[in-house]
This record gives sequence, C-alpha cells and structure tokens, in this order.
Amino acid sequence: MNSVHDMGGMHGMGPIEYERNEPVFHAPWEARTFGLVSAMNCWGKWTLDALRHQIEKIPAADYLRMLYYEKWIVAMVELAVSSGLATRAEMESGIPAPGSPKLTPPLTAAMVSGMISQGAPSTRNVPIAPRFRTGERVRARNINPIGHTRLPRYARSKVGTIRRDHGVHLFPDTNAHSLGEKPQHVYSVRFTARELWGDAASPRDAVYVDLWDDYLEPA
Amino acid sequence: MTSDLSHAHEHDHKHEHQAVPSDPALRVKALESLLVEKGLVDRAALDALIDTYEHKVGPRNGARIVARAWTDPAYRQRLLTNADAAIAELGYGGMQGEHMVVVENTPKVHNLVVCTLCSCYPWAVLGLPPVWYKSAPYRSRAVIDPRGVLREFGLELPEDVEVRVWDSTAEIRYLVLPERPAGAERLSEDEIAALVTRDAMVGVAKVTPAGKGAAA
Repeated sequence: MNSVHDMGGMHGMGPIEYERNEPVFHAPWEARTFGLVSAMNCWGKWTLDALRHQIEKIPAADYLRMLYYEKWIVAMVELAVSSGLATRAEMESGIPAPGSPKLTPPLTAAMVSGMISQGAPSTRNVPIAPRFRTGERVRARNINPIGHTRLPRYARSKVGTIRRDHGVHLFPDTNAHSLGEKPQHVYSVRFTARELWGDAASPRDAVYVDLWDDYLEPA
Repeated sequence: MTSDLSHAHEHDHKHEHQAVPSDPALRVKALESLLVEKGLVDRAALDALIDTYEHKVGPRNGARIVARAWTDPAYRQRLLTNADAAIAELGYGGMQGEHMVVVENTPKVHNLVVCTLCSCYPWAVLGLPPVWYKSAPYRSRAVIDPRGVLREFGLELPEDVEVRVWDSTAEIRYLVLPERPAGAERLSEDEIAALVTRDAMVGVAKVTPAGKGAAA
C-alpha cells in the first residue's frame, strides 16, 4: 500500500536526532511491549509480514506521531483480535471474558534462547528457477497494490542490474494476507542514484534493493 | 563520531520519552496482565526476551566479527562470500540475522544500511536498532541523500568515493565491514573489538583508532 511507511526519497521529515549512549529500551513499557509482541508472535496465528502490514495500516498521521513500540502494540492488538486469541472487549478492558479458558503459552522462558538462535528463515528449499541472471538489466514493475508489498515506490518503473541472487524466499505480498508463501527468487538489484533521482544525483552512488521475481520484468 | 553539526541534533531523549508514555505505560501494563491471565504469554518468557536484547545480543557481537575479519584474512574472505557460515563460526546468528550479507568499506566504496519501509536491522549481530535508525528522517533520506545524511553524522566523503546504500526490503540483513584504521594492525582482536562501533557497522561512521567513536 502507498502509505507513509514507504518513505524512501521523501523530504520534510526533519533532522536526524542522534542520542548518545542510547539505552536498548527507553522505558520499561517499551521493553514489556517488545517481549509481549515477540511472545504473541509465537502463537503462529500471523506472519511477520502480516505484522508489518498491520503497522503500515496505522493511519499516516498516527504512524508519524507514534513512538515505535506504540505501533507494535496497536498492530499486535489488532492481530490478536482478528485471529481470535482475544476479544476486543478484553483488549480494551484488560479483563478476561467470563468463562474464557486459560491457555498454555507457546513460549516459555526455557525456549527463548533456542527460538532466538534458531530464528525463522524466510528461504524455502524448493526447486524454482530464477527468472533473471546476475548481470541482467531489469525494470521494477509499476505496481500499486492496496495490500502489503516490499517494492518501494522510489524503485518502481526504474531500471537496475541484478547483482546477486539471494535464493528462494517466501513472498511477502501473498504471505502477509494468508494467500500462501509463493516462494520465488530474491535478488539484490543495483539502481544508480541518477536512475532513481535524476541528473543532480552523484554519478557514482547507487542504491541496492532486494526484490522478488514478481516485482521485476526484463529491461 | 560526532561533529559539531551532529551535536546540534543530539537530544536528550529521556525528556521526550518520559513526557509521552504515561498512556502507553498503563496500556501495556493492562495488556500484559490480561495476556498472562488468559495464558497467552508467560511472564518469565517476556523477561528472558528482554534480558537477551538488553544484555546478550548487541553490537559487541558485530564488533567481534569485524575484529576477526581484520586479523584473519581467510576469515574475512569467508565472511564476504558466505556471511551466514562465517558468522556462525563465532557462535552468532538466528533471529533477524538468518540471511546475512556483509559489505566491505574500502578507500573507494562506502556502504550504508537502511530500511526505508520499516525498521529491518541485523539483530543477531547488532542487537535492536537505535531510535534514529527507525526514524522517518533517516529512513526517508538515506536513499536520496546518503551524503547529506552522513554529513549529519559528521562524516564527509570525498566525491570519488562511491556510496552504496543497502535498502533492507527483504529478509536479507546487512552488516558493514568498516575500513581498518591505520595503526589497528598492531592491536589484538580484543582491542579491535573495543574500537568497533555500532554506527560504523551500519555505515554512518568510520572506526577511529583512538576510540573516538565509543559513544555508540
């Protein structure tokens, strides 16, 4: 979706605010939010792509105003309600519905280090041929889906060169919407700064964007 | 790593973060108690998750990788050609670092990492990202004006250096292998690891021999 989260190339966002000796979390509620959302993800009721999309759907003005972990809370609450893990009334009142069963959390403290060290690879070991080869010139498609996509607006319709094949990964545009993983090759595509931003850009600089087969066409 | 210019934009975030979140603080407290009561989360698991990223997984991991690469040319080669395996050799990897690519700074090439669409960051080697990395000013401008962004961080790059910006749009996570500063060849791996900053491994700073970059 073409919302404000897709901000590569925008002006007007102000100076970068750098904080020296920044703590990992700025307040206890940020730490608890990180833990809560990470633990809730372990129910397997939604994908990381769905979580990202839920954050993107936060209205643009709120998205820009909210602190980072506030967006996590909003997204997790929506996903927990839509997936049936909790009701909206429960999420708003903080009180379990009368008679609701007590469940067993999927993530225990003992499982945390294993979960983190194992990770959740997005690669899929399926024999799918790449549509493009390293060195080939490609054009990013001009698509404007209303759902989730990882093709940034600034790269659409632009021509770049495939520099590396990252192998077969699941496809966020379908995975975010429970429409299947649709595994396909992801490539590192080099776009020159001038192709993206015009003749005023440096003749040397480039932006490398990781793009899926479905985002690309021969140039 | 800070110049006078970047100083101008340094803020005391404590103020900002204390002023805003009484509301989120209450909200999160209520949510945690609900989700614990329903059996949806285990409070001790939350503690363990938080402890991991506050105390165990952070930029020291990345600094160990860089230190090894600077002292062991064969390791450096493995790191640049198969980062996942080379990083696993040092015992790192996993969540938000499952598919790593290491890009090397040289006198002619400077690499900078961003996620314009959200906040993707190589947790496994750098820990959780700082606020500026997740912020709209950095995400919006890193791709269109990387040299201006670097200038705000106090890094002025000559015209003849190629800037490569890596937008983390997929699940591939990027780590910058900074240039080794002059004199570092005499240092031990431990001494080098102490010099290498998070900012240098994101590409917004260089590694300076006197530990001037120790702020981050």
